Amino acid sequence: MRLVLTIVGEDKVGIIAKVSNKLAEMNINVINVNQNILNGFFNMVMLADMDKANVSIKDARDAMKKLGEEIGVEIRLQSEEIFIAMHRI
Amino acid sequence: MLFNLDDIFETTRMITEHNLDVRTITMGISLRDCCHPDINVTAQKIYDKICTKAEKLVRTGEDIEAELGVPIINKRISVTPISMVGESCTANDYVPLARALDKAGKQVGVNFIGGFSALVDKGYTKGDINLINSIPEALDVTDIVCSSVSVGSTKCGINMDAVKQMGEIIKMTASRTADRDALGCAKLVVFCNAVPDNPFMAGAFLGVTEPETVINVGVSGPGVVKHALESVRGGDIGEVAETIKKTAFKITRVGQLVAQEAAKRLNTQFGIIDLSLAPTPAIGDSVAHILEEIGLECCGGPGTTATLAMLNDAVKKGGLMASSYVGGLSGAFIPVSEDAGMIHAVECGCLTLEKLEAMTCVCSVGLDMIAIPGDTSAATISAIIADEAAIGMINNKTTAVRVIPVPGKGVGENVEFGGLLGYAPIIKVNTYKPDKFIARGGRIPAPVRSLTN
Repeated sequence: MRLVLTIVGEDKVGIIAKVSNKLAEMNINVINVNQNILNGFFNMVMLADMDKANVSIKDARDAMKKLGEEIGVEIRLQSEEIFIAMHRI
Repeated sequence: MLFNLDDIFETTRMITEHNLDVRTITMGISLRDCCHPDINVTAQKIYDKICTKAEKLVRTGEDIEAELGVPIINKRISVTPISMVGESCTANDYVPLARALDKAGKQVGVNFIGGFSALVDKGYTKGDINLINSIPEALDVTDIVCSSVSVGSTKCGINMDAVKQMGEIIKMTASRTADRDALGCAKLVVFCNAVPDNPFMAGAFLGVTEPETVINVGVSGPGVVKHALESVRGGDIGEVAETIKKTAFKITRVGQLVAQEAAKRLNTQFGIIDLSLAPTPAIGDSVAHILEEIGLECCGGPGTTATLAMLNDAVKKGGLMASSYVGGLSGAFIPVSEDAGMIHAVECGCLTLEKLEAMTCVCSVGLDMIAIPGDTSAATISAIIADEAAIGMINNKTTAVRVIPVPGKGVGENVEFGGLLGYAPIIKVNTYKPDKFIARGGRIPAPVRSLTN
């Protein structure tokens, strides 16, 4: 299953590093990263593959949410299916 | 597949800021094989079948919610109308069957179970009579059972004997649940043109044309539509309709995805998506506020029927392409107590019962979750039901009445139901008497389908 992670919040050093690190721990492979900073606001969307992950999607979601709280940004992790349904015909 | 950043953030904002959710996954379960002369055996068969078929329903809903990141608010069950299941019983009191539904629903963890129902468009069978007479006690002694009675249709006309009786049943239900502000009435709907695949409560039941089990899904999203319309302020009404259509498409695609996944995982059939815009009492999740965003000072004022008609139509047009199977009630709901904007409109005197009746001509369902004075007579309630059923019969649409005559309370007082059922100010009812009309009984003949003026 492929995942979409959205990370938004105030910009600071090390967000990508910490997020990537946590994903690696769960054996989730990053496929694509799209990131920008607008007026000091950090926006990132990551596409990742969890076929070989060592956790369930629910645990991955909870782990990323917790990490977001530690860093001070909001991290959401969802199956890409909802985006395909909504934005592709 | 790679995505545009704007698309991704649009979706997440819909969920986090604008209350996008899937309102309900409702599993239909046929109970036609549960009949038995001994009502205790019937009750046991009902309990066992529901617990087996719906064992994984709630868990599956939660799994899908976690994966897709979209809240699925309710997991519910609809069953074959109990009037048909109970008909073979020698007993005349069907309350034990309601208790079995309640117990089974709680066991599998759903928040409502619908189908304590009878369809008497043209007349009663023995099971229908027994069921309707059991409604007040059934809604009193159970917590999550919902009841509905269909009293008419475009093809059959209106059963005025049933209309008369339902006025009395609503009063009896109110009186039995008076200590809970007549909560029983919030779980009782009277229909004209009832649909067999409605996933929404309190009117859900599994019609006789439906399969053994089925998954029907109700979407939501008034907040998303309201927000989308903020971007076309000042545009003409065609632009408004177009924006609603596009938004409804996106909302419905989520419902379709959830329905397909749920059906697959529960090893059953996907039935329909109900394209209703269902509000909640939460701020930012109101149908009334959409009408106000389009340009009304307050919902209920002049222009309300026109804007609602356009909204309802645009939601259907957008939703139809997004889903392979559409059914249920499919339209904008206007339940007063469940919509912050409607509540405000009643409180400030802008929205009246008569305007609500006009609104039901152009949108989904009918007079829904309306608290009325406790001293409203059974005949007056019957006449309100007759008026609403007539609108449905003539316009070939579903209409319903779910009014709550709150014992001991009058116009201007509030009633609190809690949770999704919300709270409502008690609305004024016209006090001129329809008693002689209601006392006549009989049937209103089915209407002519041509010469439609």
